[in-house]
Amino acid sequence: MKFGVVVFPGSNCDYDAYYVLKKVFNVQVEYIWHKETKLRRFDVIILPGGFSYGDYLRAGAVAKFSPVMKEVIQFAKNGGSVLGICNGFQILVEADLLPGALITNNHLQFRCQDVFLKVKNTESRFTKNYNKEDVLKIPIAHHSGNYFAEEHILKELEDEDRIAFQYCNSKGEVCDEANPNGSKLNIAGILNKEKNVLGMMPHPERAAEELLGSEHGLELFKSLIG
Amino acid sequence: MWLAEVIVNYKIGILDPEAKAIQNALSSMGYEDVEQVVTGKYFQLTFGPKVNKETAENLTKESCDKLLSNPVIQDYSFQLKEVKE
Repeated sequence: MKFGVVVFPGSNCDYDAYYVLKKVFNVQVEYIWHKETKLRRFDVIILPGGFSYGDYLRAGAVAKFSPVMKEVIQFAKNGGSVLGICNGFQILVEADLLPGALITNNHLQFRCQDVFLKVKNTESRFTKNYNKEDVLKIPIAHHSGNYFAEEHILKELEDEDRIAFQYCNSKGEVCDEANPNGSKLNIAGILNKEKNVLGMMPHPERAAEELLGSEHGLELFKSLIG
Repeated sequence: MWLAEVIVNYKIGILDPEAKAIQNALSSMGYEDVEQVVTGKYFQLTFGPKVNKETAENLTKESCDKLLSNPVIQDYSFQLKEVKE
């Protein structure tokens, strides 16, 4: 099992993801510079958080034209696992690997805080180690994490069990008060149709050691490692 | 030479919190008659001397569809102007 962490100009959570895989799990992991065009040696590609290309134009909009993204799109279409965290999620929706869009938080503020997440899907390769309705404590840090999609897309996501995580309160109740950014259906993470691509705004790599306040992100990586 | 002036803004119904904040600020300044504010982005694309109007139009559309706007949440409009080199 070999992981690749893509590094765009402006990525800043690349080392966090690398660290978790290398130091916490001791699995093979390599950085992939955004100009690289060969990805066949990897099993999982991570698009990390940060501000690729300074978030110019729209978050993720410029990164989708990076040379590496053509390969990431192909890699995903061939069934490879792709995990986009925060800015990585923004890139995945811009690149059409996931539906919808991530717009400015409804209160216009950058939010950096712990949130609670309800696990909705436990069948995917990313979430199979969790139990349905598990409540996770994982941090967010973003300005544009307000998930938007048209009604028919939202229905499709629900019907096809493609909502991976929803924002909830500590009791696991999905409610407006627990929604940190205005996301439709409190969506914090979604899967593509084939369920080999996951995009999520919260940072599981920042919740992978007790020292950091939570280990609830660990099972996501464990699910992938197998 | 042709120059395209492009405006990209949110589709109707998409939350534009920045516009709302600006409207609230205007209102607190006493401009209560401003009923709605829409924000957007403005771009100028200048084409080389060999590009005719039709090509400039097509290139502008392609640029808007592929990069300048996100069709999920935004609309765009543009006009072409002839400018001196």
